[in-house]
Amino acid sequence: MTCVIAKNLVIEFPIYGGKSRSLKNTFIRAATGGLLARDAADRVVIRALSNINFDFREGDRVGIVGHNGSGKSTLLRAIAGAYEPVSGTIDVIGRLATMLSITLGMDTESTGYENIFLRATVMGLRAREIEPLVDDICEFAELGDYIHMPMRTYSSGMSMRLAFAISTSIPADIVLMDEWMSVGDAEFAHKAQARLRVMLDKARILFLASHDEQLIRRNCNKIMHLDHGEMASLDRV
Amino acid sequence: MQTARPGNFALALKDLKDGVSSIHIWPMLGWQEIRQRYRRSVMGPFWLTISTGAMIAGMGPLYGRLFGQDIGSYFPYLAISFVVWLLMANLINDCSNAFIAAEGFIKQIKLPLTIHILRVVWKNLIIFAHNLVIVVLVFLFYPPEMGWHLLQLPLGVLMIAVNGLWFGVLVGLFCARFRDIPQIIASVVQVAFFLTPVMWKADMLGKHIWAAQINPLYHFIEIVRAPLVAGGASLLSWGAVLLITLTGYAVMIMVFSRFRARIAYWV
Repeated sequence: MTCVIAKNLVIEFPIYGGKSRSLKNTFIRAATGGLLARDAADRVVIRALSNINFDFREGDRVGIVGHNGSGKSTLLRAIAGAYEPVSGTIDVIGRLATMLSITLGMDTESTGYENIFLRATVMGLRAREIEPLVDDICEFAELGDYIHMPMRTYSSGMSMRLAFAISTSIPADIVLMDEWMSVGDAEFAHKAQARLRVMLDKARILFLASHDEQLIRRNCNKIMHLDHGEMASLDRV
Repeated sequence: MQTARPGNFALALKDLKDGVSSIHIWPMLGWQEIRQRYRRSVMGPFWLTISTGAMIAGMGPLYGRLFGQDIGSYFPYLAISFVVWLLMANLINDCSNAFIAAEGFIKQIKLPLTIHILRVVWKNLIIFAHNLVIVVLVFLFYPPEMGWHLLQLPLGVLMIAVNGLWFGVLVGLFCARFRDIPQIIASVVQVAFFLTPVMWKADMLGKHIWAAQINPLYHFIEIVRAPLVAGGASLLSWGAVLLITLTGYAVMIMVFSRFRARIAYWV
C-alpha cells in the first residue's frame, strides 16, 4: 500500500554566521521565506515547515502552491527523505522517484550510455534492472550514435533529452516533481509530454510543486497551499 | 499501523550497514572521480605513478645522504613509506570534504551517508594501487626478505581502509558543520609529514623514540611498511592500530547517531 503521511512535521534550518543579535525572541514575518525564529538552544533558525499534517494515499495527485520560500521544495525534499524532521514524523511507503534534479549523478566526461547506468544507479536501480531499460532510453532520446560519445559533446538540449529519458523510464509509486518538466524542441517536447504522462499515470501518488495554478488544476486532484511554511489549506479540486 | 520507530542509534547502524552493502554505488562513484580527472589524458591515472615515482627518485638519494643512510636500505624504505603516507594524507584531506562535496546528492535523494565516505576510501585505494607499481619496481631491485610476514602487508592496507571509514564519517561530519576545520586539517597533515617517520626512521630518535610511538600515523605506516623492510610490524604497532580501530568506531557510532540527521542541514 502506497502512502505518504506527515504528522506535525517541522523542518528548521539552522543559520550559522548570520547576525542573530537583532532578532527578538519572537517570530518575525517577512514577505517571503519561512519564519525566522530561535530554537531551544537560542540559535537563529528558519522554520521552513511548521506543523504540517497530511495523509495521502493511492490516487492522490497533490499540487503544492505558494510564494517563493513558502516551503514547497523543502517539503518535496522532506518527502524524498533528504531532510529528516526536526520534530514530528513523515512516513513514506512506496518506491520514490525524485525528479528534483534530473541530471543528478550524471557525468559530462562519461558517454551517454555510461550515464544511463550512472543516473539510474543513483535513482536506486541495480545494473540488472537497468539493462532492460537501455534500448527504450536510447530510442526515446534519439541521440543515435551520440549515445557512445562523451556527454560533453552534447548540446544542452541533448543532455536534457537523455536525462529526461532516463528519469522517466524508472518505474515509481511516488513521483516528486518541482515544476512541470519540459524538454527539447517543439516536436520532442510533444513526445516528452506523452512519456511523462504515462509515467505519472502509472505512479500511485504524485507531488507537483508549481507557481502555475492552472497547471496544478489540470493535473492534480488536491491542492495544498503553503504560506510561510505552514499549510494554509488543503482542498480537493 | 503505528509501529515503533527506530532510534538514532539503530538508524546510524543501518546507514553504516546499507552504505557498506551498496557495492553497486560507491565503487562506481570512486572510479568516476578518477576517470573524470584523467579523461582524455594518454597516461591517465598513471600520471599519479609517474609523479610519485619522480618524487621518490629525487628524494631518495638526497635524504639518504642527508641522513647518512645506506642507499640500498633507505631507497626501498622511502618508497613504501612515501606511498603509504600519500594514501593516508590524501584520505585524510578527502574525508574532510567528503560530505561537503556530496551536497548535491545529500540534499536531494536519500542514500546512506556512509556511501560518500566509502567512495573517498575507494578512490584512494585505487590511487594507492597505481602508486604501488613504484614499490614493486623498487623492491625488484632491492628484494625484501621473503616469508609469511609479508602477508601483514595487505592486512595493513585493509586496516587503513577500515579506519578510513570511521575517520571519514567523524571528520566529514565536523567539517560539514565547521567550515574552518578542512583548512586546519590540511595544515596539520602538511606538518605531520615531517613529524611522522616517513623520510626518517623512528630509531634515529634514539631514546626519544616515544615521539614517534605516540603518533598514531606512525603505527599505520608501520603495519604496511615493516613487513617489507623489517620482517614484520611490532606488536606495539598492531596493538595500537587495533585499539584505535575499536575506539574510533565506538566514537564514530556515538557521534554519528547524534548528528547523522543534521548533516543534510549543514552541507
